[in-house]
Amino acid sequence: MNLTIFLLALFDGIAYAALVFSVAVGLTLIFGVMRILNVAHGSLYAVGAYLTVSLTGYILALGFAPVLAFPMMIVSAVLVGVLIGGPIEWLLLRRIYNKPEVLQLLVTFAVFMILEDVQRLVWGTQPYFQASALQAMGMIRVFGVNYTVYQLIILPLVALVLLVGLRFFLRHTILGKLILATTEDREAAQSIGIDADKVFLLTFIVGAALAGLGGALASPTTSILPGMGADMIVLSFAVVATAGLGQIEGAAFTALLIGLGRSFAVYVWPETAVLVPYLIMLIVLLVRPEGLFGSPTARKI
Amino acid sequence: MKKLLLTTAALIAAPLAALAADKPAELKVGVTTFLTGPASVFGVPARDAAEILVEKINADGGIAGVPLKLSFIDEGAGAEALTSEFRRQVESEGAHAMMGAISSGNCQTLAPLAEDLKVLNLMWDCGTQQIFEKNDYKYVFRTQANATPEMLATVLYLLKVKPDFKTIAVVNQDYAWGRDSWQIFSTALKALKPDAEVVGEFFPKFGAADFSTEISRLQAMQPDVILSTSWGGDLDTFIQQAAQRGLMNSSTFVIPLAESSLERLGSTLPAGHIVGARGDHYFLHPERRDDADFKEFMAAFEEKTGAHAIYPVFHMSQALAALEAAYDKAVAAKGGEWPSEDEVIAAFEGLTFQGLGREVTIREDNQGVEAQLLGTSVQTGDYPFATLENIMIFDGAALTTPVGQESVEWVSKLTPDYAASVKVDSYDR
Repeated sequence: MNLTIFLLALFDGIAYAALVFSVAVGLTLIFGVMRILNVAHGSLYAVGAYLTVSLTGYILALGFAPVLAFPMMIVSAVLVGVLIGGPIEWLLLRRIYNKPEVLQLLVTFAVFMILEDVQRLVWGTQPYFQASALQAMGMIRVFGVNYTVYQLIILPLVALVLLVGLRFFLRHTILGKLILATTEDREAAQSIGIDADKVFLLTFIVGAALAGLGGALASPTTSILPGMGADMIVLSFAVVATAGLGQIEGAAFTALLIGLGRSFAVYVWPETAVLVPYLIMLIVLLVRPEGLFGSPTARKI
Repeated sequence: MKKLLLTTAALIAAPLAALAADKPAELKVGVTTFLTGPASVFGVPARDAAEILVEKINADGGIAGVPLKLSFIDEGAGAEALTSEFRRQVESEGAHAMMGAISSGNCQTLAPLAEDLKVLNLMWDCGTQQIFEKNDYKYVFRTQANATPEMLATVLYLLKVKPDFKTIAVVNQDYAWGRDSWQIFSTALKALKPDAEVVGEFFPKFGAADFSTEISRLQAMQPDVILSTSWGGDLDTFIQQAAQRGLMNSSTFVIPLAESSLERLGSTLPAGHIVGARGDHYFLHPERRDDADFKEFMAAFEEKTGAHAIYPVFHMSQALAALEAAYDKAVAAKGGEWPSEDEVIAAFEGLTFQGLGREVTIREDNQGVEAQLLGTSVQTGDYPFATLENIMIFDGAALTTPVGQESVEWVSKLTPDYAASVKVDSYDR
């Protein structure tokens, strides 16, 4: 393997990791704060992608510039968070926080199944493709290989902004501190006047919006079709579990690890590319069952 | 007196008449198709086509005077649900014939089941060449070609339009079809063009959403030809990502199932890539597009679905045409009486029928012999998506593995002069 190939694999790995991280971060945020493993995260990802495609198609049909696809991604993410995430927490999860974990898994899994069928109902079974945002950014040529600016620069940048932004939000804003306090000890937080219900609702909306944003960001690069949510939730779980549940920085590191592992596999031994993320997870969990960055007490499932 | 004689004659004839099967009030046929899951890109258009075709058949008086009634089984529900529903339709609902399946895996499950249940089963879409090469079935027929003629025709077309290529890479889905089709294709290539070099083999997982890394690596390799037998969302994604990054300008793509993706890919698929259709299936079929039945169906299909017909629609038309032709033949052989199931099955021997493509003939091993159409993509502006030019239709007889032989072994023994022995008709558009 020469240096060129090494760098190409590195670029591919980073681009892929950025996308995986932007989905996994919402999952790990919800778990970290609410101690709920949200299987429906995969559906929220898919709905975010579908919404972006529909909205972008709509504004393009009205004759607006393709670059407006970017604000449509944010609009879709917010819509997913508020219109789907909000009601899920408010109507369902709120009732089962004190119930056994397995019930929470079953409920979010049921929501996942329902949302999968809703997608079929609304968008049908034919694949969609809407790459205006990606095409608007053009390409760059590195070592004789064309990369899209969107995948090589924009996605990693967005992932970095998400990571730094979330850190800042949680550690340096009042709202973030309220969330952290509730995470630490819900009863104590309530006793000093924090509205824990509101904090949970808000966290879930933000987490769901992040899932939607992941889908929105992925939408210009891939076909939007039934089943995409299931695929992503499995990979996100691998990232989150390897990192340690609830670890935001850990999720970023693990996404990078898995992204790079996968892309180097394609260059060195393509047959194993599918296996690599799970192999990494297996090795990490054998050595550290709580995940790379997790603490043993934080584990719930 | 005359009346008495007639009655007596009728009474004497009665036991004989009982030997003829009772003419049913309707001909019940169960059809397995994907209504959910990734393969619903094939299953749903095929179901829509079946509904249009059956409406037409029944409006014209049904099959030998008996109306046809289809009930659909979802292959997307999994093999267990599929087999139990298949069994239920035969045993409890009294289905007269079955049509299964799209998935090769499901065909391999359903063929022995149909044999056990002693019910006629038309494998109306699945492609695995192994079914009749490894087993001998009485009740199971295939009303289209299989993977071997499909891949052989693709190799022949490639050799005709791009005879001087040196290197080839493959990006196929990691499941039975992706692996099997590559085995046949690469074996044929080795036999017919021994100097072609395989520089890369990629089998990304079924349903992969991202081929960026494979595309980077392919750009670094710069193969002359890139083969992908992928389909549905996987193929769409691969083509979109490859086109976005300019890979389609530097390599010629050979995409044998892309006829079913043309409309979805829109303006993304550039000109100059080799497109196949798993048979002579194309909504602008050069030999059929001016025929009244073809035009009538295409108009009805477009009106019903808002899309153009793709190959599973043609496969569906062939299976229904085969069913109709077999019953008509059996009824005629019996002088107008309704035939027994064995008589219908006997009628399939050497049966010739025509769906929306060219005529198809059933061979003695129950395999259909079907022509293969390939073309090169072109963006003419007549449609908002790529259509085909430089179309070739290969005659199926010389492409289909001879009865009793195993495909890969047969293909490996072909010689470069085999190409000249396959009859081909060419059309500009």
